[in-house]
Amino acid sequence: MESAEDAGVYKLTADLALVQTVDFFTPIVDDPFDFGRIAVANSLSDIYAKGGKPLTALNIVCFPVKTLEISVLREIFRGGQEKMDEAGVILLGGHTVEDAELKYGLSVTGIIHPSAVVFNNRPKAGDRLILTKPLGTGIISTAIKGEMAGEKAVSRIVASMCALNRKASEQMVLENPSACTDITGFGLLGHASEMIRCTDACIELDSSAVPFFPEAAELSEMGMVPGGLYRNRDYLKDVVEISKDVPRHLVDILFDPQTSGGLLISLPEKNAGALLHRMHDQGIEEAAVIGRVVPGPPGRIAVR
Amino acid sequence: MIEIDVRGFSCPIPVVKTQKAMRDNPKDMLTVLVETEVSKENVSRLAQSRKYSIEEKTVSGDEYVLTLTPPQK
Repeated sequence: MESAEDAGVYKLTADLALVQTVDFFTPIVDDPFDFGRIAVANSLSDIYAKGGKPLTALNIVCFPVKTLEISVLREIFRGGQEKMDEAGVILLGGHTVEDAELKYGLSVTGIIHPSAVVFNNRPKAGDRLILTKPLGTGIISTAIKGEMAGEKAVSRIVASMCALNRKASEQMVLENPSACTDITGFGLLGHASEMIRCTDACIELDSSAVPFFPEAAELSEMGMVPGGLYRNRDYLKDVVEISKDVPRHLVDILFDPQTSGGLLISLPEKNAGALLHRMHDQGIEEAAVIGRVVPGPPGRIAVR
Repeated sequence: MIEIDVRGFSCPIPVVKTQKAMRDNPKDMLTVLVETEVSKENVSRLAQSRKYSIEEKTVSGDEYVLTLTPPQK
């Protein structure tokens, strides 16, 4: 693979390739069942971002046997299994090690036609960019740790993080995508930067079109800002130019590290409207066109 | 003057502890001792959102004292 891809593709025959990925992390919500669902949705997402179909999975678990009841692990597995059932993925087994800190995720194997692989770094000038889930899960997760998040905000981000990117992926591949990535720890701007970095084009982002959880705006102004957000901002300072008119809370949200975030899809302008309609018809209501790829300073992002 | 030492705590605990001190002592000046840039920026944001004035002093390296003065009514 020539760039920083989260999933690898291995060609088996002229019309069949394997697509494989692995992902696991520490809990970001208190409820173990929800954590299981989120971890699985997050692990499968790398396959969906490639346009692939996940088939099988293996559980990966780090578990603090001395400090947590085994019933916690059962709930995590139950949540994970529910999402795998929804995705049509068969769990083949897994491995657990003892660790001071709980972690859970999957190794996933899927299939894809070798000529249908959607790469994360091939957007074309003239494309439109579609984002399929709201941003702000990192800020709200930080507030959860400080017991400062309202119930409504928590239930909204849990529902969003549990949502599979399956339908978004299935609709995407019908509309001639040039590039796709899923939004996770580097935030929208970090993953957009990865997408545009090695091209001769640049991205213009319309910050007012970006979907986000309204609670994240207030919480970021209160200082519920994860360390990763500041790291993303510092790392990208030379490639991102942000207009002074963009309010600070919105700037934060664009850098906010996401868990099980949506897909960022680059596709020709003539397909963008059609894909947005398809997404909305499929219940992906928050999907929005958030910017475009234009000729300009290579690899840069301008936020208006 | 209320002193709060949040060294050794990672975000968002420094903000939570500062906010509690503001709630318990709404008329008092607070000094907050932090040891990371992230804590400094987050505690400052909380103070700004509550209209406190902020004075920042570097102790050494990434260690700072923030003096937060409540708004005059």
